[in-house]
Amino acid sequence: MIQPRGDNSLMILIPAFNEEGAVGSVIQETRSYHPGLPILVVDDCSADGTRSIAQRAGADVLSVPYHLGLGGCVQAGYRLAYDLGFEYVIRLDGDGQHDPRYITLLLDTLKSSGAQMVIGSRYLDGTGEHTSRARGIGILFFRWFLGLILAKKVHDPTSGYVGVNRQALEVFARSFPLEYPEIEALVVLKRLLFRFEEVPVKMRPRMAGKSTITAMRSFYYVAHVLLGVLVNILKYQGGRKT
Amino acid sequence: MERMLSLIAGMSILLMGLVLFNIRRAHIRVEYSVSWLGAAIVLLLLSQWEWGLMSFAQLIGLNDPPVVLLLIIGAVFLMVFFRFSVVISDLKDANIALTQKVAVLEYQLNCLHEKPQATDHER
Repeated sequence: MIQPRGDNSLMILIPAFNEEGAVGSVIQETRSYHPGLPILVVDDCSADGTRSIAQRAGADVLSVPYHLGLGGCVQAGYRLAYDLGFEYVIRLDGDGQHDPRYITLLLDTLKSSGAQMVIGSRYLDGTGEHTSRARGIGILFFRWFLGLILAKKVHDPTSGYVGVNRQALEVFARSFPLEYPEIEALVVLKRLLFRFEEVPVKMRPRMAGKSTITAMRSFYYVAHVLLGVLVNILKYQGGRKT
Repeated sequence: MERMLSLIAGMSILLMGLVLFNIRRAHIRVEYSVSWLGAAIVLLLLSQWEWGLMSFAQLIGLNDPPVVLLLIIGAVFLMVFFRFSVVISDLKDANIALTQKVAVLEYQLNCLHEKPQATDHER
């Protein structure tokens, strides 16, 4: 079983659904940069060999018995990390888009800035070239929209390359948006008067598989996220939860 | 008007029969049948209470009591559907929490099983 080591224990969380083509490489690459770092793959009831490949690559695997979707899957990992006592969790996607070289940058920023969440942003220094046109338009819209709500510019609101500290981990272990969680999570943080920072990362094309957000689903995505953001604004408590 | 009210009364009785039959066969839980039984009783009462229906039609400025009855039927069923949306949402949340808990417990159990095996190998 993965165990936190030391006071600043870090766990890498990789949510994966049918990622047998990429998850093994992601784990091995992460291991090559950070040997000995606890890696937890949350297998969202994949129909392929994701689980066995992740285990063979040396990761611990948490298998959910039925398909929960990204948010439910990530939350399961956050719950386990919180229960085990980890201080920091950095989430990488299982498709290889997130370069594990930036783990150190995310962790250092989490520690030095005091922010509860750090986002790896492809638009700070990176060019964001590995983004579809539909997603690019969506990002522009949500960048503007979130700027109004958060009173802070967020360059890459849909990035899943995020690190959280124990304060945010506690909140997300209890309650985490189920579908398309990245944008709603930012509003949840704002609601609790938590802070987030962005650091520049370069993203790569996915190693295998294809995105679940198709052109048709992108409309549903926008409507769903807008509603989720609205609901979170309505839940505003005016102070930090303790 | 008479024929329509009789039809609605018949449909209400049919709905009640269907719900009771399904409760007896344990296809529907008693707590979730209450909304349907309530809706059926409201419709049955309204279909048999012509004066009340006419008064209500006048109150909301409609001259056609059957239209009022249809509006009420729509409203009653909307309320039932809304209640079930709340129930389904609760069930989904509970399912997700349970699923995550099962996954975590299974993971911990597997780790416990692996530990003694590793110790045996070491011996």
